[in-house]
Amino acid sequence: MVKEIAMRNESTVAQLMNVLLCAACISVIMMVTGCSEEVEYTTCDGRGKVTVAEETEGQDLADAIMAQWKLENPNRNWVEEEKERHELKPPADNSALLEGQQGEGHTYGNYTEKDLLMWERETEKLVVEGSRIFHSAQLLKSQVSVSCDMCHPHAANTHPETYPKFQTQLGRVALLRDMIHWCIDNPVRGEHLLPDDPRMRALEAYIMAQRSGTMMNYGKH
Amino acid sequence: MESNSKNIETKYMDRRAFLKVSTAAMGAAVASGLGPFQTFQTVNVAQGAGSSDKVTPFRFAYISDSHLYEKKINDRFVRALLRAVADVNSLEPQPDFVFYGGDLAQLGQPKELELGAEILKEVKAPVKMMVGEHDWYLDMGEKWRELFGEPVYSWDHKGVHLVTLNSVVERDFWTARGMTAMERMMTVAGLDNGVQSPFSVGERQRAWLEKDLAGYSDDTPLIVFSHSPLYKLYKKWNFWTDDAEEVQAILKRFKRVVVIHGHTHQLLTNRIGNIHFHGMLSTAWPWPYAPEGMPELTIEMSRPDPFNANDGCGDGEVHVQADGLVDKVYNLWNRTPLTVGRAYTASWGKESVPPKPNRASY
Repeated sequence: MVKEIAMRNESTVAQLMNVLLCAACISVIMMVTGCSEEVEYTTCDGRGKVTVAEETEGQDLADAIMAQWKLENPNRNWVEEEKERHELKPPADNSALLEGQQGEGHTYGNYTEKDLLMWERETEKLVVEGSRIFHSAQLLKSQVSVSCDMCHPHAANTHPETYPKFQTQLGRVALLRDMIHWCIDNPVRGEHLLPDDPRMRALEAYIMAQRSGTMMNYGKH
Repeated sequence: MESNSKNIETKYMDRRAFLKVSTAAMGAAVASGLGPFQTFQTVNVAQGAGSSDKVTPFRFAYISDSHLYEKKINDRFVRALLRAVADVNSLEPQPDFVFYGGDLAQLGQPKELELGAEILKEVKAPVKMMVGEHDWYLDMGEKWRELFGEPVYSWDHKGVHLVTLNSVVERDFWTARGMTAMERMMTVAGLDNGVQSPFSVGERQRAWLEKDLAGYSDDTPLIVFSHSPLYKLYKKWNFWTDDAEEVQAILKRFKRVVVIHGHTHQLLTNRIGNIHFHGMLSTAWPWPYAPEGMPELTIEMSRPDPFNANDGCGDGEVHVQADGLVDKVYNLWNRTPLTVGRAYTASWGKESVPPKPNRASY
């Protein structure tokens, strides 16, 4: 016997903050084992299983499933943990957009708190992923155990605001990503990333984010 | 080579044998004013008071922050340390000793430390060791101590009292987080990792320092070695010692104090009261300058060229003069060596200004 458990779909900000919890539980499948006293549930990712007493329901059931999911996902707080480790600069504050009258019917006219939170979280997530890669010889697939932060703590001395510029040593105009490529190929000896590789996008995002507030000044030497 | 071999061989004895030899060597160490590879605290007690304020000028060399991986993982840093060893061995006349400024290893691995010890065996002059955070936080210094002895010690040399501290003591951030030893090491190894605690010398060592200095008159010139700068420059990268003021207070009564530190991998000069601070270069890579809080006396080196793996790296010398102050030589491998003379720090930067690079540090 299989039955779906429907979760209430609340769209509060608080629930958005707990998006991981929702993701874990929203489509939990319950499977009744042969025993009438215990029930086995499968988490939504299809990987975890938790056995509870048949009469377990409501919050207790959700807690049991969540506990199992947490057990299997020790790195679930990777965004917060990475932010704590490497002190990432936050994205711009857009809260002013919520002030005053909200328009209707076009992209830039009407915002909610949920919009802002979603933008922030998604943008930050890319930056945080970039930070993780930047600080990890393993993720960079370095053959010599070198990561970007070994020369550039907090992305110091990367100067993304000066690109494009004529890179003297390369003899041509370089973009920030050309220099990231160069560093990965040379001191890091890592995996050469294609320009649209998600890891390259994340690295660019992190480096740009860390220079937030710096005036763009392309071509500067 | 002979005296050096004798020094290093002690590292490979078992601990009991080593202690025995070490105890026996104390008398000799006191007599020569220059201990073996490392000196135990008890040596200082034996030395006691009565140091002269007359200094016979001398010179020592330094190598620092080699951040070795095993050769099979990364030989670039290994080659850099070999280059530094060749540098100091080619000095003529030979320096009185070579001071190693900490962070011999990158991740505190026994094989990294053993490789470092093996390479440093080739140094002709006696070697004095200091510990850095990269050497320590895998096994809390066990392997380092096995190879090099206790990290905190002092000795007298030609009228100067020299002290080596362990300034990379961190508060326990790992137990509550349930970190493994390797996770702790990786956390500390990240310069910009904010989970770790600030460095400090700590109460116990400060008490030892007070006791160690008690028998010396205010006129005795002091040279203190610390891995982190013994002042507060930039906390986020641990260019910082949390109890710097307390340590400075202990040193305050002495008229001439020089602090030589590693960790910052760059030209760095500062003076606080009677204390003159000099950084050491790294053989592995240069760090960027701290984005804030730079000491006024520092003449920043211009930005290193990433396309030249040795640029911004190097080793150096310290010339101790008759007045007990020092001329600090930065032997930048890819550039003209630069000396920050004692007249510069003594005059608060008014005299003998070292040549400034033609470009900013960026």
